[in-house]
Amino acid sequence: MIEAKEVNKIFGGHHVLKNISCSFEKGKTNLIIGQSGSGKTVLMKCLVGLYEVDQGKIIYDDRNFSEMNFEQRKNLRQEIGMLFQGGALFDYMTVEENVMFPLNMFTSQTKEEKQDRVNFVLTRVNLENVNWLMPSELSGGMRKRVAIARAISMNPKYLFCDEPNSGLDPQTAGVIDQLIKEITDEYGITTIVNTHDMNSVLSIGDTVAFIYNGELWWQGNKNTILHSDNKELNEFVFGTELTSRLKQ
Amino acid sequence: MKVITNTGDYVLLMLRVFTKPQKGRIFWQRLLDEIQGLGIESIGIVAFISAFMGAVVAIQTAYNIDSPFIPLSMVGFTVRQSVILEFSPTVISLILAGKVGSRIASEIGTMRVTEQIDALEIMGVNSANYLIFPKVVASMLINPVLIVLSMWMGILGGWLAMSAFGLVTTTDYVRGIRIDFQAYTIFYALLKTLFFAFIISTISGFYGYKTNGGALEVGQASTKAVVVSSILIILFNLVLTQLFLT
Ligand SMILES: Nc1ncnc2c1ncn2[C@@H]1O[C@H](COP(=O)(O)OP(=O)(O)OP(=O)(O)O)[C@@H](O)[C@H]1O
Ligand SMILES: [Mg+2]
Repeated sequence: MIEAKEVNKIFGGHHVLKNISCSFEKGKTNLIIGQSGSGKTVLMKCLVGLYEVDQGKIIYDDRNFSEMNFEQRKNLRQEIGMLFQGGALFDYMTVEENVMFPLNMFTSQTKEEKQDRVNFVLTRVNLENVNWLMPSELSGGMRKRVAIARAISMNPKYLFCDEPNSGLDPQTAGVIDQLIKEITDEYGITTIVNTHDMNSVLSIGDTVAFIYNGELWWQGNKNTILHSDNKELNEFVFGTELTSRLKQ
Repeated sequence: MKVITNTGDYVLLMLRVFTKPQKGRIFWQRLLDEIQGLGIESIGIVAFISAFMGAVVAIQTAYNIDSPFIPLSMVGFTVRQSVILEFSPTVISLILAGKVGSRIASEIGTMRVTEQIDALEIMGVNSANYLIFPKVVASMLINPVLIVLSMWMGILGGWLAMSAFGLVTTTDYVRGIRIDFQAYTIFYALLKTLFFAFIISTISGFYGYKTNGGALEVGQASTKAVVVSSILIILFNLVLTQLFLT
């Protein structure tokens, strides 16, 4: 479980996160939703420590992340996998080298063990025979899957996904969502997913936190979200042509 | 004001750069790649510019000697002195600041704006050390080699021009090159080169690393890297010359 306690983040006078407290549960896909610019990415980066919070605490299973020194954080980070909004694959490395990178850096496994692990995670994300391609030779969806493979190569306890299916067609987006859900269930990972895609919310939203203008505005799950009477949430949920027609 | 905060940020970044690499084997691999990328690929341009500059210095000197009391061996002497003392270490370092500096800054800047640096950090990698340190070491190893190459090419270029245009005989030219030769000047040139290599690689690494934004900012970072390293090279050239040659 990961907890955020009264987290505040200010960028030069711009108060981006306002007193956010919420918890993300183990073995579940915990979604953070909200409009573009509402602060989802900033919240996620605060959770993993890429941004320092200006106020508040981040707790990883009773370990206070905010009070850790560099060395302690480094150790904790080996339990974290993260999928970035743009994939963030190392573009001068092949697919295989990308996925193997954390293993090379942090384990003393033999070449065979590493190779086995790489093939295992690549198969897990349904990518085969692409080991020698460069990231520039992959499609958007493949790139996301390689990024997922890299994020899970170290068997993380915590998985962060920033808009895993943005820029993908609805079907591929669904495949990526299911993949994240399966991996979460299978390994009992605490998974946090940023999204503004209602399809994802309804299919994998074990818990859902709605951020509005940097504030935690509503909390629930995929079953309760359609029956809320929160005005801003409803505007978000039924904001598209498709969802508003479905509602009628 | 900005100079002060930048200097502070630069020092803080360097404290993270100059630490022991987390994994030795990966560092050596990165170092070899950087020697290839920053050094080997610069050989052509360095050789080309040096040969032509040597030739021009020789021609200028030869046409300006019109007194029968000045021996033609002065041409070889002048080419040698100017190439070893200033042209190779300083001018070629400036050229490398343009070529290598922009490459370093744009490479690291792109990694920053595409969140590759965040990806490294999230894994627990000291990204400053991982990315910048091999570039600094590679530059400090390879730039002196390039400068020595440049010295040879400059002197060779001078000789070729003299022979081709029949201005000075080979015997005279070679005699000039040997007049009053002091090995100390080579040492001094290489010392300057090491300083400049450090400036180019760390300043460009710094501007790349602190890029913020998108493709536009990457371009700006790489321009800044070249301008600031060039200015620092010129300033330190004066300081070092004053320190070592007096
Ligand atoms: N490094 C930064 N410096 C200053 N302001 C920032 C920085 N990062 C984000 N912001 C601001 O914080 C706000 C929230 O940004 P954030 O990236 O978290 O949005 P988001 O919810 O992830 O949006 P999207 O769905 O478009 O990715 C924005 O107004 C943005 O301008
Ligand atoms: Mg975002």
